[in-house]
Amino acid sequence: MEFSNAEDLTRLVQPDRVHHSLYTDPAIFELEMDRLFGRAWLLLGHESQVRKTGDFFTTRMGREPVIVTRDADATLQVLINRCTHRGAMVCHEARGSAKQFVCAYHGWTFEPSGALRYVPVSQGYGADAAQKMAGLGLAKAPRVESYRGFIFASLAVTGPGLREFLGPLHRSFDDLVDRAPEGDLEVAGGVFKHAYNGNWKLVIENHLDGVHPAFVHSSSVFAGREAPDPGVPEKYADIAVRQMRQNGAPEQVWENIGVWTADWGHGFLGDYHSDSRLVVGLDNPVFADYRARLVARHGEVRTKEILGVTRWNTILYPGTSFMSQFRQLRIVHPLAVDRTVVYTYCFKLKGAPEQMFRDTVAFANVVNGTASWVLTDDLEVYERVQRGLTAKMPEWVYVARGAGGDIAEPDGSRRGATGTSEIFIRNQFAGWLRHMTGDIPAKAEA
Amino acid sequence: MPNTILRQAAPAVIAGLTQFLNHEARLLDTSRFDDWLALFTEDATYWLPLEQNQRDPFETCSILYDDRTLLEARVRQYRHPRAHARTPFARTVHQVGNVMLLSEDAARGELTVGSTLVLVEYRPERQRVFGALCEHRLRAAADSWQIAAKRVDLVNAEAELDGLAILF
Repeated sequence: MEFSNAEDLTRLVQPDRVHHSLYTDPAIFELEMDRLFGRAWLLLGHESQVRKTGDFFTTRMGREPVIVTRDADATLQVLINRCTHRGAMVCHEARGSAKQFVCAYHGWTFEPSGALRYVPVSQGYGADAAQKMAGLGLAKAPRVESYRGFIFASLAVTGPGLREFLGPLHRSFDDLVDRAPEGDLEVAGGVFKHAYNGNWKLVIENHLDGVHPAFVHSSSVFAGREAPDPGVPEKYADIAVRQMRQNGAPEQVWENIGVWTADWGHGFLGDYHSDSRLVVGLDNPVFADYRARLVARHGEVRTKEILGVTRWNTILYPGTSFMSQFRQLRIVHPLAVDRTVVYTYCFKLKGAPEQMFRDTVAFANVVNGTASWVLTDDLEVYERVQRGLTAKMPEWVYVARGAGGDIAEPDGSRRGATGTSEIFIRNQFAGWLRHMTGDIPAKAEA
Repeated sequence: MPNTILRQAAPAVIAGLTQFLNHEARLLDTSRFDDWLALFTEDATYWLPLEQNQRDPFETCSILYDDRTLLEARVRQYRHPRAHARTPFARTVHQVGNVMLLSEDAARGELTVGSTLVLVEYRPERQRVFGALCEHRLRAAADSWQIAAKRVDLVNAEAELDGLAILF
């Protein structure tokens, strides 16, 4: 089957169902790397990872290995991690600080700006070697921008601007940053990297799915219910026990939460958490201290506003999922049509009590840890879905729950009829189709 | 000093510690999880760090960090009929080696024992092999030992890992 023209792709995405090949066909996956991950604004990381000139971290943008650096002018650069000579990766570290990147193969040396600084045995390139070398800096992502400290890049020269792309979703980033008494975040606590044999869409769909916890997580709900009740003062285990139990909330709770979607495939869950549901909240002296610091900075009214935002997971389509209450961010890296790895980062709220970061770590361990009670069952189910979807019958995946009941909101977002509406999946595929069939924007110069 | 300990570690002591660690491994490999849990003290911790040379489990994430409450919850989950990641249940072989006494705290009646672990895991259609450096802090109890702390440093802790639903 040939998918190169828009009509072919459009047939695969219907109002209440999508074709199984979207999860299983390697040709579609290749097209996604070009047109979706190769065009959309992707969240790469946070400025706290590259505070000073020369600081860098490496990551992926779809298929492209990239280095995120800060150059001598303190400008953020997203460099393609491939020597312009014979193609070796010029940086193989996950993070660090470097004055230059020296290719291991023939010693070509690049500045943090990507400019080619030095080529050994350059006489072999003739009298105008210097001129030739000037055009052989590392390739770059053509568009790089920050929003509230988060670093985004796009491999397409043209397309919607970052703010247009984020749309109403920018408030989820605001929510995360506003919760820091000093108004800034810091990546800390290590990076979980968990992999599964399944399509990348499975994890992105799962994070807004309020029906799956009762089934996928029933064993950890049971384990949590049988554990001693969390108390005051809060112990290390209490955060885990609360979260395991919360996944067993009755159907009515999930029906009554909100699920919103926005252009380009984004979405988020809201009206879900309260500070009493997952932490001991105001009974906790640490939380009281934290709240007092916010009040000292912003006053009572603004503090109430900040803590009154009740968003849970936000999906920045196609590759990011994050949440403010426990300061977690997950970046999804598709490796193949049936292989995905997810990197999970934790954030410190600058100016917050130290204990709050310990709570973040405890939460990450229970939900995102590679041996977590919760995540391991998700990963197992993704793999079962992937194996099932390779079947040719039936051809379609049914995503109709709540169809027809969407509610338009004043800010342009659309809300599901209830919290368990599959509006977020239908909207993700609408975003998918828009990227995959839209006019092809110019690519970065090779 | 390590050398002193090495001189003092009588073969009978090492043999006893080896027998204890082998016993622990056997309990895991034969799914006797209640008996395994009974090896731990009430204040025990069980830890798989995320990073090499990780100093603590509170400021940095861990692949797994359980106190007694969570370790019991983990074993409880393993037996649940809808514990998907454990259905079908993994078969394992824990191969313990290089057992040696690392330090002794006579006042607390505790020993720290180092060992290596090679673990083979099998679930249908997939076999995996893990390697780790282990440290057990053992507390004297009746005529044997109890585990006050167990730390397992996987050689690939920082790698991109598929889910882990087994005990190390």
